[in-house]
Amino acid sequence: MKYTLEVIAILAVILFAALFMIQNAGKQRTLAPGEEVWSSADDEASKIIESSGYQPWFTPIWTPPSAEIESLLFSIQAAGGALVIGYFFGYYRGRAERP
Amino acid sequence: MHIMEGFLPLYWCIFWSIISFPFVAYGVYLLKRLAREHRDTLPLLAVSGAFIFVLSSLKLPSVTGSCSHPTGTGLGAILFGPFLTAILGVIVLLYQAVFLAHGGLTTLGANVFSMAIAGPFLGYGIYRGGKAIGLNTFVTIFLAAALTDLFTYVITSLQLALAFPAQMGGIITSFTTFAAIFALTQIPLAIMEGIIIALTFKHIIQARADILLRLNVLTPDQVKKVQESIA
Repeated sequence: MKYTLEVIAILAVILFAALFMIQNAGKQRTLAPGEEVWSSADDEASKIIESSGYQPWFTPIWTPPSAEIESLLFSIQAAGGALVIGYFFGYYRGRAERP
Repeated sequence: MHIMEGFLPLYWCIFWSIISFPFVAYGVYLLKRLAREHRDTLPLLAVSGAFIFVLSSLKLPSVTGSCSHPTGTGLGAILFGPFLTAILGVIVLLYQAVFLAHGGLTTLGANVFSMAIAGPFLGYGIYRGGKAIGLNTFVTIFLAAALTDLFTYVITSLQLALAFPAQMGGIITSFTTFAAIFALTQIPLAIMEGIIIALTFKHIIQARADILLRLNVLTPDQVKKVQESIA
């Protein structure tokens, strides 16, 4: 049972992706022009709050000027994290294998 | 789970900041102690923080047709407890608020409370409880990490419901509305996160079981059992 968890993880990822593909295919077929799917849940909550007549009283001090810049900064966040994880796991592994 | 900048009335911003502050302050105290007494555990703390960085940057599609992201705070909560995790959460939320306009400085207190305090506290409790009754280590970790994630979104829904009660039905109706957006979307993501963190934990046990013993995360008996099961 050495790799049980790995197998479960891979199956879960495949299932997750397959579910998305199937659901997305269905959604794209019935999409009205201008309608958006797969938007962020944070934005949906914000829309509900705004529809009650609430006006945000403070705006972000800096907003990424385009979707590209935003994804760049998100990628930096993920890459930085992955670097740290990989570095220390590699370090531990090397340490364990040293005679 | 990010409440956007300016989307909480001022008094709620102040309220959640005041609630969150002592947790973070105590976390800073614990961090200083950890750095003094268990210096060799710091890389693992960095890994826990890095996990939050990676997982909270991944916006994944979910069954409800909208996207949300996991929190990654479960690992820190299990390894180092909720107070140290609170500091890690503050760092991530600050980065996202300042550079990504994701979340906000005014709503930082509320977001810190849901993601870095309430969620990790529940996860820590579940982990300790599961350990005490002798539940399988990986099942315990899965439950702790998944529910840390899910509970974060329940708390966000509650925070918004308290600040914006519905005209008809008040806080409860409002909570149902927000929970339908946040918590429901989160269920598949929470399950994924639980599995990923359980898998990560396996590798931590293989690499540095000694640190887990020292941090009192696992007992020597548990380590032996786990190492036999994955040998």
